[in-house]
Amino acid sequence: MTTPQVRETKAKIAELKHEAPTSFWRKNVFSLDHKMIGKQYLGLALVAVTVGMILSWLMRLHLGFPKFAIPGLSAVYPNGAAGGVMTPELYLSLMTMHGTIMVFFVLTTAPFAGFGNYFLPIQVGAEDMAFPRFNMMSFWVTFVAFLVLVAAFFVPQGAPISGWTAYTPLSAVGKDAGPGQGLGQTLWGLSIAIFCIGQLLGSLNFIATTLDLRTKGMTLARMPYSTWAWFITSVIGLIAFAVLLPACLLLVLDRVAGTSFFIPAGLVISDRLQPHSGGSPLLWQHLFWFFGHPEVYIAILPGFGIISHILAAHIRKPLLGPRVLIGCMAAIGFLSYIVWGHHMFLSGMNPNSAMLFSVPTLIITIPATIATLLWIGSLYGAKLRFTAASLFCLGFISVFVSGGISGFFLAQPSIDIYLHGTYFVVGHFHFVMGVAAMFGIFAGTYFWFPKMFGRFMNETLGKWHFALTLIGVYGIFMPMHYLGLAGNVRRYAAFTDDYMQSAQPLHAFITIAALFTGAVQLLFFINLIYSRFRGPAAPENPWQATTLEWSTASPPPHNNFGDRHPVVYRGPDEYGVKGPEGDYLMQTDPTGA
Amino acid sequence: MGKLFAAIVAVIAVVSTAIFVKHLWWMPPDISVLGEGIDHQLMETMTASGVLFVAAQLTLAWFVWRWAGGPGAEGRSIKQFPGGPTPMVVIATVLVGIEVLTLSLVGSKVWAGMYLAPADPGSLRIDVQAEQFAYYFRYAGPDGRFGGLHPDLIDDASSNFFGLDPANDTTARDDIVSSSLVVPVNKPILLTMHAKDVGHSFYVPALRIQQDFVPGLVIPLHFTATTPGKYEIVCTQLCGLGHYNMRAYLEVKTQADYDEWLKSQAAQ
Repeated sequence: MTTPQVRETKAKIAELKHEAPTSFWRKNVFSLDHKMIGKQYLGLALVAVTVGMILSWLMRLHLGFPKFAIPGLSAVYPNGAAGGVMTPELYLSLMTMHGTIMVFFVLTTAPFAGFGNYFLPIQVGAEDMAFPRFNMMSFWVTFVAFLVLVAAFFVPQGAPISGWTAYTPLSAVGKDAGPGQGLGQTLWGLSIAIFCIGQLLGSLNFIATTLDLRTKGMTLARMPYSTWAWFITSVIGLIAFAVLLPACLLLVLDRVAGTSFFIPAGLVISDRLQPHSGGSPLLWQHLFWFFGHPEVYIAILPGFGIISHILAAHIRKPLLGPRVLIGCMAAIGFLSYIVWGHHMFLSGMNPNSAMLFSVPTLIITIPATIATLLWIGSLYGAKLRFTAASLFCLGFISVFVSGGISGFFLAQPSIDIYLHGTYFVVGHFHFVMGVAAMFGIFAGTYFWFPKMFGRFMNETLGKWHFALTLIGVYGIFMPMHYLGLAGNVRRYAAFTDDYMQSAQPLHAFITIAALFTGAVQLLFFINLIYSRFRGPAAPENPWQATTLEWSTASPPPHNNFGDRHPVVYRGPDEYGVKGPEGDYLMQTDPTGA
Repeated sequence: MGKLFAAIVAVIAVVSTAIFVKHLWWMPPDISVLGEGIDHQLMETMTASGVLFVAAQLTLAWFVWRWAGGPGAEGRSIKQFPGGPTPMVVIATVLVGIEVLTLSLVGSKVWAGMYLAPADPGSLRIDVQAEQFAYYFRYAGPDGRFGGLHPDLIDDASSNFFGLDPANDTTARDDIVSSSLVVPVNKPILLTMHAKDVGHSFYVPALRIQQDFVPGLVIPLHFTATTPGKYEIVCTQLCGLGHYNMRAYLEVKTQADYDEWLKSQAAQ
């Protein structure tokens, strides 16, 4: 209800000047500007992805060539890698940190918090986020979470070894459970709890901004795909992180305060009867996966939005079924809440519930298939422009199909009996939430870089980066499905005795593919740094796109649109029509309205 | 660039499918009564999703090849997909819906046979204790009864892995504990699974069976092995630094060999 008072207050707020900050700290560090906060998130993700990738190289080197002494590793880990060959516990700690860093600090921060922060307000025509102070807090809280997590590398006994899922009671009973289960595991729990606070603040902000700060004419139906995706993702995030936060706090309490939320009675660990009783290990799994499955969509749905947004500008015609596509994203978001048990078919929960979780999981295939068909069908009759950005969109479709299809196996409890806990699962989730989400991030970077920095990235380097990365990721993750079929279990430090020797050549192949793919990413880093300073200057709308971010300067001024408020007359899909600048009409174009 | 993309995607789709079809890396032969249902379900899914995978990747490659823009395409007008999105959405919903329903119905029978159906009343019961980083298997011994469990008495140093109390508990005195799972061929087996410390898992690829151990819970699991031989049991639930080393053997013996093995164990 809009009372006269509310209207008056709104008018006052609208009058308030959105002044640009002048001090160095306010401008670059504790900035309230969503654009700077978006860049900070992306910078954090870049640091995190570098760490995560180096960890994966070390793990892959050990898996592919178990006797190979990794140069310099013994200097970093005198105990964990004496002679350069890592111990099983060091392997597990690298694995745990790799998963945690990638899932939380890369796949959540970059596509959602990073690009979302920068572009959501601009795409809806707002001057900033609804709550700029919460927004600043959200980034700095996330940054602290990252520091706390990384600190786990440096504490006595080292980083935790219980995987990114931190299953209890291994993660809850403390140092009796072995190396890495001391302070390192406590820091893990604290870090993730802090991270949740940051993302809750961010999600609230995204929701409020989308609902309240849309400019004149920007109806919900006229919002770009990317805005829709970030909006849906923030709704998912608000519920998911709100569950993980208390779960992590309870885990930390079990570890430091002697509570027993996740620890039952009668456990004997390291010859000591544990002083706990009454808790349930399955409780942790339910809470964790109630967050964990939606998290998969927090990582991938922004990718859906970003590639749809970019693809539309590159096929020069509207996507097929825009509303259906958005409906698919919303359906996937909703379904993500009722499928968490598919991670737990064999966990010891009531086997009757397996069918209950399996059916909605399989039903997700329907909106996912429809979305894929809409993307592929949209290419029909297009005038497809090949840029590094559009190529990564096409690559996204390919890897999403590959990862989605292997999910069809794992969603069935009867097949999961055989494939659960094997490399089949590793291949599946890396394709669908790792590689596909990364491709969305790459596409977004090549597409929006000119807007963010006023300079183009090098297209030739970008295309090479794409082609070699596409070959590389298939070389890494497709063979993992073969390993899984052969019964090769995951989370093993190495296969050095007679077990799984037949798979060793495949492990060596995957390692070479991983090193190759990692090396190819140098092209991206070089391109980023070079283009930031030396790239050719970019105009306002280099891709002849329709949405609001392309109707303002590159980079946009502090309040995004100068002193004017953009007015929107049409949806974002006006490609393949006659317009003043070419075959498109911008959302701000009043022609015929 | 479009043609290069199309070529890469097509080659990847064909090569990766060929490796599946050729069974270059494949499941070990099935040695269980219920495994056939799982293999059948997996093959059905493999065929359906294999066709979808190849079709989707090749269509993507074809469209990208065919509808590349560029200088030659400027004069061309854009076209919509024949029929627009509606037929596509309807067909996808119906086809995938039917596939989902069929697989769920067939799959639920397989699942029910393994997890919902009670174990055969004539099953041989074997008690399993999983601990960091070993499995122990307990047989009832000549009296046919298992001794009670007392976690406070667990002591690996004196090989009391289950926490038995032979001093006060007569049924515990003849319990047989082995580090291998030895079973007679074609005999229904019922495992009762305990974890001593943290979560573990029991995975025997050849049996097509996998189940977590959950501390605090006793979980039943049943199977019947059909082929004598020695097979790997591996832990698939991350349980600590020695996780990769947590393995044991399943030995399937003829009834006569099994009886002899049991006798030799009881004599120890």
